[in-house]
Amino acid sequence: MQIFEKLVDKNGLVFAFLVIAAVVFASDWLAKNVLKNKIPGSAIAILAGLVLAYIGGIITEGEKGISDIKLFKGIGFMGNSMFRDFAIVATAIGASWAVMKKAGMLGVVSLLIGVSFFFFVGVLVAYIWGYRDAVSLCTIGAGACTYIVGPVTGAAIGASSDVIALSIATGVVKAIGVTILTPLVAKRIGLNNPSAAMAYGGLIGTNSGVAAGLAATDPALVPYGSLTATFYTGLGCLLCPSLFYLVLGWIL
Amino acid sequence: MIMYGLGILAFSYLSGQWLGETLGHLLGIDANVGGVGFAMLILISLKTWFEKKKWTDFEFGINFWNKMYVPIVIAMSASQNVKVAVSSGFLAVLAGLIPTVLLFAFFNVLIKSFNKN
Repeated sequence: MQIFEKLVDKNGLVFAFLVIAAVVFASDWLAKNVLKNKIPGSAIAILAGLVLAYIGGIITEGEKGISDIKLFKGIGFMGNSMFRDFAIVATAIGASWAVMKKAGMLGVVSLLIGVSFFFFVGVLVAYIWGYRDAVSLCTIGAGACTYIVGPVTGAAIGASSDVIALSIATGVVKAIGVTILTPLVAKRIGLNNPSAAMAYGGLIGTNSGVAAGLAATDPALVPYGSLTATFYTGLGCLLCPSLFYLVLGWIL
Repeated sequence: MIMYGLGILAFSYLSGQWLGETLGHLLGIDANVGGVGFAMLILISLKTWFEKKKWTDFEFGINFWNKMYVPIVIAMSASQNVKVAVSSGFLAVLAGLIPTVLLFAFFNVLIKSFNKN
């Protein structure tokens, strides 16, 4: 057993390949034989990943899901933002430049609508909950954009640490909600072509949610959604602590 | 040649990220603005240019990472902080989910109204 542990410790990433392959295999089997292909295998695999992350969180009290368990730390390495972004960029090899250019304006507009919409609905929810000060409301609203915009905004306008933690949690809930909901509603909302994917990326924004949601829906749409989503966090970090904060103070 | 493709991908990725970091710095915010997007645009332009020069055998090195995308996303999901999302209280769940559900509900209308214009 000790030899095995040492082996895995030394070869964490390779062990992660094996574990993820097993997850994919089990998910594909489940999708084919139990669910009769109604839900794609990749959607089940991503959901299984979230379940594993929850189990890891319960066991270790850590923040990085299953990868906080020493045996599985390679999974954290395999799923880190460097590999994720590198693979997202690689998906552009199958994308069409003409389509991106045609839907470019739709992408820009959807970005502006997306950031404002999530911010102000987030603020509204926090207001109804009982928060009344502009700093807390703004930080929670920013968290409703992404779990990066939340803490960046909170730090910029001087929010308390528990509100910042709340904004991170809000962003994580959004990312996970998007991951689970996207493949379920994709057909019904018309998310089945490149320009819709570009609008979706801009409107939803959260990188990991969009990445996982589109992967579970149709990997061919990934480059289009990711192209717009990649500007969302930056735009949120730009607008939330400045313009939106001023507007919020003005309304209150 | 697999290594040429990988080199082109790495070049696109790093230059895009560099542009994104620089743009974030210029705007005075602590975030990367569109780094991945710029990288994708650089990669597409390079690919188009190389194809015009009738050189395509680099694509294999990029395609491998293209196909690795879904497994990486599964690994990413498995290392998310799901516990905090589940246990951080009702407000985080509401503020995270209500706008998401509303947006999905209006997605169709938004797309249609945009296509009309």
